[in-house]
Formats: sequence, C-alpha cells, structure tokens
Amino acid sequence: MPIRLLRQALSDQQPARMWREQPLKQQYDVVIIGGGAHGLACAYYLAEEHGITEVAVLEKRYIGSGGSGRNTTIIRSNYLTPEGVRFYDESVKLYEQMAADLEYNVMFSQRGHLTLAHNDASLRVMRRRAQVNQLQGVDSRVIGPAEIHALCPWLDVSDHPRFPILGALYHPPGGIIRHDAVVWAYAHQADKRGVHLHQLTTATGILVENGRVTGVQTTRGPIRTGTVLNATAGWCSTVADMAGVSLPVTTYPLQACVTEALKPFLDVIVVSGSLHVYVSQSDRGELVMGAAVDPFASYSMDGSLSFVEGVAGHILELFPALHHVKILRQWAGLCDMTPDFSPIMGFTPVEGFLVDVGWGTYGFKASPISGKMMAELIATGRTPDLIYPFRLSRFGEHDLVGEKGAASVGH
Amino acid sequence: MLLLTCPNCGPRNAPEFRYGGEYNPRPADPDAVDEATWTTYLYLRENRLGVQKEWWYHRAGCGLWFLAERHTKTNEVVRTYRWQPAVPGQES
Repeated sequence: MPIRLLRQALSDQQPARMWREQPLKQQYDVVIIGGGAHGLACAYYLAEEHGITEVAVLEKRYIGSGGSGRNTTIIRSNYLTPEGVRFYDESVKLYEQMAADLEYNVMFSQRGHLTLAHNDASLRVMRRRAQVNQLQGVDSRVIGPAEIHALCPWLDVSDHPRFPILGALYHPPGGIIRHDAVVWAYAHQADKRGVHLHQLTTATGILVENGRVTGVQTTRGPIRTGTVLNATAGWCSTVADMAGVSLPVTTYPLQACVTEALKPFLDVIVVSGSLHVYVSQSDRGELVMGAAVDPFASYSMDGSLSFVEGVAGHILELFPALHHVKILRQWAGLCDMTPDFSPIMGFTPVEGFLVDVGWGTYGFKASPISGKMMAELIATGRTPDLIYPFRLSRFGEHDLVGEKGAASVGH
Repeated sequence: MLLLTCPNCGPRNAPEFRYGGEYNPRPADPDAVDEATWTTYLYLRENRLGVQKEWWYHRAGCGLWFLAERHTKTNEVVRTYRWQPAVPGQES
C-alpha cells in the first residue's frame, strides 16, 4: 500500500474513480431505491453471492447522503430479544471482516461499549440483557462502578450526581467505524461487479399491474423491472405509497452533534438510556454525541436548541470535566420508527415490491447483514430464517419483536 | 417549531406541548370490524410528507388535547383547533 501511495503522489494520473457514472438502462432485474449502506450492501451481495448484476441503485442525492452519513457510527449486538441479538451479531461479524472482504480501510475500532444503569430497574434490565446476550454467544456482562472507573476514569462514578452510576452493561466487541468508508466500499465493490449506481436520480412512481411490480418511473426516465427494493429509511412511507403499500412507520428526526477536537481520552463508547445520551471520541478527537429522537414526528432535518441544551446538560452530568468544551456543529437524520422498535424486511402485499425499512435509530449497524439477507431473499424468493421475525406481516399476526428496552437511548 | 397555539391559552413555547401522533380515528364499533381494519388502526400510519392532521397535548399548561394541522417538512402550523365529536351521518 505505501508504495502504491507514493507512486500515486509522484504521478500526474488521477486516481481511479471509486464508481462510474452509467447511462440509465431501460430494464434491470432489480431496482433498489435508496443509495445508502443498506441499498448498496444489498446490491453488492446480489452481485457477489448470487450473480445478479443487472441491478440499479437509485439515489435522490448522493451516495450515503441520508442516514448512512448522519449516524453516530456505533456498532454493537447487545440487544434485548434473542431474534435481535442473533441478527445484529451476524452484522458485527460481517463488520469485523469488512476491511478484508471489501478491500477498503473502514477503520473499525472495537473499543468496548458501556450502557450505564442509574437505578435498580435499569440494572435489572442490564442483567437480563447480559443473560440473553450470553445465551446467544455474545460477549456481554454487567460490571460495577469500580470496573467502570478503570475503563473510563473521566466518568463520574461517585454518589454526587443526581442520577448516580450504579453499574453498566459492558459489551467489549462494540465499536465505532468510519461510516462514509462503509458506503464507499460497498459502492466501489458493487460498481466493480457491474451494478449501476445512479445518483441524482429520484424515483417518482412505481408501476403496479395486477398486484405485481412492472417498473419504476424516475426523473431520468422509466425503467422496466420485476423487483423493486425500498431501502429509503426516513422516506420509506412516501416510496411505499407509490406502490400502494401502507407501512407501520412514523418518521422522526434524530439529532447529533460533535465537539471541537480533544486529545484522546475516551476509548470506550458511553451510553446512558436514562439520560438520553451517547458519546464516543472519533479518531479526529471530536466527541460524537447523540440523544433520543426529536419529541415530534417530522421530515425536517433542522437542528434545535433544545437538543443541544439537553445533550450538553446530560454529558456534563457524566463528564463534569468537559464543562469548557465547545460544540462544533450539529445535524439531524430521519428515522423510520416502527411500533416495536424492530425493522421491517421482506415481502409486501404487492408482488415484487420488497422493503428493507423501519430501521429507526439502529439501521447503520445492521447494513451488512440486512444487505446480505435481502439479497438472499431476492435471489431465492424465500425469507431467510434470520430475518423471518422481522417480516411486514407480523403486525397483522400480532407477533411483534419488542426491542424497546435495548434501543441505545429511551424513545 | 418554536411556538404552538393552544386553543385555550394562545401561543406558547413548543416544549410545553406533547405530540400525540397523527389523527387516526378508532373504528366506531370495534366488535364489528375485521382483523385487517383493526391492524390498520393499530399499526399502519400514513406518515404524510405534507400538511398532517395530528394530536397535541398541552401538558405544561391547561391539559387540553387538541388538533393541529402542520406541514411535516417545514413544521409550519397551518391551524390548531378543538376536537369536535362526530355528528352522525358526517365524517369525523
């Protein structure tokens, strides 16, 4: 690698593009709406594992401009339900191999993940989660204040705060990653295998005849196809509406912010459900902080002062030493929240119209496995066992997967 | 959104209110509807991108549950008003 880098530096040649601009063909086998990590991962696995390369990914703006570029990059598998733990653990395993599989440095840092408990009730939930995790073979355990202090000396574990820290769920494989690199790596590898990536291309309609998908209307012309995958996160209801499908989804903004860069001092991810806050230190030294979703449903990605006030107050309860640190910028992404805080993957009442939506605040960490599973579903026409619990029809069958207790912050 | 107008109290700070979800009337006779209608009422949402009719609750004020019409992209509130019980023969 270093020699390649040196040669690049000394030559006049532009580096090869990560992916190409392609003409929009009139027909594709599969059209994926949404050029984020989910859609691109699905395109990659369709080409890589199933030999389906007549695939178009339609992206309204630029690759990774939605939730994939707006999340706080936390990856973990210490969920509450066995279905959730199994699923997200497969995702962590794929993330662990990603740099080698996709030949791209995604800077995955498995630094450990602490979910703090500030009262007896949450400590009880942590114990239950630890048990569920361990039964699924996931490294996860409850630790006390002394061990928390050893892992993270800046955290105030005394009995002084209003909500003292009683313990934490410690999940050593949890980590952070370079989220844009994940998107670029999938885009690059999908492009290399013949997938067409169409940026600045909006799907404006989905053609359905006799209950079956026959094509997609776009701002660059019509496409004939028998299979359409809706992988559009916050906008999924509007896309599903084009096919006449109603979803159990409400779109909420989720805000995050970063501080100015500090010397490295925080090498674990700290989450507090009771205080609605999570924080990690990026490789650049900035503290990346997030909170719960906004208090009302909206498609707006404006920042609010009440968010910054809230997150700053809660961070100072955990880390009093940060009182002088300045916030650099804030942003928001759109979350497609479902009633049971679990995603929706698979078939819909319209034949050929598939969904990979309902990812709420936990979509990025599931990109590789959801892409792999959706690709298998498209190629074989069968729902893989791993994602069967997350089918759309579970709502009509009253067979929900209640994951609320394990969302990283309360909702 | 900084202000919301309570039909009782007038314009107040938005954090005084709690969002109550999109307007989704309950089937008039729950025993008479089929499973699909009930599933739709319980779980499926329009999640409209545009002006949406929705519930708000003035929790830090008079405690009134009222309706608002708000654009979900711009957060501009078109109007707020009291809920009226349905008149038989008319749509609520």
